[in-house]
Amino acid sequence: MTTDLLYSMATSVIFLSSTGVVLSVILIFAEKKILNYGPCKISINEGEREYTVQGGSSLLSSLSENEIFIPSACGGRGSCAYCKVKVLEGGGMIGPVEEPFLSPEERKDNIRLSCQVKVRNDLKIEIPKELFSVKRFSGVVEAKEQLTYDIVHLKIKLLEPKEISFVSGQYMQLESEEYKGKEAVIRAYSIASTPSQTDRVDLMVRLVPNGICTTWVFEHLKARQKICLSGPYGEFKLSDTQAPIIGIAGGSGMAPIWSIVNYMIENGIEREMTYFFGALTQRDLFLVDELEEVAKKHPWFNFVPALSNEPEDSGWAGETGLITDVVAKHFPDTSQHEAYLCGSPGMINACLNVLTKGGMPEENIFYDKFA
Amino acid sequence: MVGSENLSFIGSLALIFISAAFTDNVLLARFLGMCSCLGVSKKVDTSTGLGVAVIFVTASTAALNFLVYKYILIPLGLEYLRLITFIIVIAAFVQFVEMVVERFSPKLYNALGIFLPLITVNCAILGISLFMLNKPYNFVQAFFFGLGGGFGWFLAIILIGGIREKIKESALPKGLAGPGITLIIIGIMSLAFVGFSGMIKI
Repeated sequence: MTTDLLYSMATSVIFLSSTGVVLSVILIFAEKKILNYGPCKISINEGEREYTVQGGSSLLSSLSENEIFIPSACGGRGSCAYCKVKVLEGGGMIGPVEEPFLSPEERKDNIRLSCQVKVRNDLKIEIPKELFSVKRFSGVVEAKEQLTYDIVHLKIKLLEPKEISFVSGQYMQLESEEYKGKEAVIRAYSIASTPSQTDRVDLMVRLVPNGICTTWVFEHLKARQKICLSGPYGEFKLSDTQAPIIGIAGGSGMAPIWSIVNYMIENGIEREMTYFFGALTQRDLFLVDELEEVAKKHPWFNFVPALSNEPEDSGWAGETGLITDVVAKHFPDTSQHEAYLCGSPGMINACLNVLTKGGMPEENIFYDKFA
Repeated sequence: MVGSENLSFIGSLALIFISAAFTDNVLLARFLGMCSCLGVSKKVDTSTGLGVAVIFVTASTAALNFLVYKYILIPLGLEYLRLITFIIVIAAFVQFVEMVVERFSPKLYNALGIFLPLITVNCAILGISLFMLNKPYNFVQAFFFGLGGGFGWFLAIILIGGIREKIKESALPKGLAGPGITLIIIGIMSLAFVGFSGMIKI
């Protein structure tokens, strides 16, 4: 009886495993034979760069094999829609996965999700030039320091690649991980460290209520944790002129200004600069001692913190009122200055208004709007 | 004599097709393939896409599994492994078809491509292959049984899709919207299909 049972068990196991093996071999062989598209040429920005790749994988992964990193948070599942690129030729039809993410204008512009476009033949695509110098980094959080109750300073040491080259004012895209049913997302944060520190990037992250990435940073990200980020992106940087600078930034918007100020100190650039730090109350201020120290040491730098919601009896001796009013009070005539702004769209628009009223040409105002 | 025999054979095929599609409707009488039906039946055109893919796969896998059963499992005395063997055969077949379609008909792949992997684990397909063994069918009859079963599923899902498209505009109680009302619709429709059940007996 037991031998019978053993016998039938053995035959079942042998039969099932051999069927499995035979079918897998057939499938693997078929995949090699059938899905062989041969080498395909990807031509970027009218031949500015050309790559020959083995056809069959997605455009996103074919590009990243060639060290061109299109932003992507979901890992190619077609759910985050960050990886949009212009596919001029050879992209085939828009697939059912992409459809919900593409507006009628984008369809007209040949925008596609690069993770859903399979390289089956030669392709012609267009991507922003800055993506050529963008790399994807892995790093480790060395420290997560509380700057205020709702802003942290992330100090990230780069692991792979080990070094980054950027200009003060540029930003990185931080990839959050999945948590509690929230999907992985990518969010942009300006670099607060200086370009001379090639092995690291520091970011300042402000907690946005219900923000997917910022909540992840505040509640789930721990020191020593490994993270992924890509960059550098952005055109926000110090100009080549000698015009005196007005810097306006509140909250985590200080990061690029902090980087620019430290860059100027390191390189002995003595351009006149006034930094207006707008905040609600004293508990929203940070790095004030450090900035006042800089102002004491370097006559070209002025630091003006201004509070808009501070109670009158708090003993605050500095400027009060809206940051725009404070700027207008200090610089009624802004026609000879350049302005560097970083903050919410509302704050930027208000500043644009005040600065242009003071006579500043709009092309002398530089900013990154972070929604 | 030969002619009438042929006729009766063709007649039996038609009968098998109709009974598999209507009286034994795999979705509405047997309640198989419910998960993909609930997921995809929001619109008629996606329902049609999945339905066509199901027809194709049920018909081919019924025939394929018939051969596997008759010429491999029975001679080896391994009939009791039919369930797991059929699953493997269906999965491998769907993978293979996906590859062929992707390579040779990008248009069809675009329309059906995302549905094919869904089908791999669709219980309606496995169900039809297993029910087929309960009847004394030959190869051609098995194929028509699969074809009819797939057609029945296709019919059911586009009917449900059509109703759901209409019902999207109506004011439903909040708790019923989505899968809730769909299950009620399927229940009422399957009551209607009970009407077919006395029609044919094979």
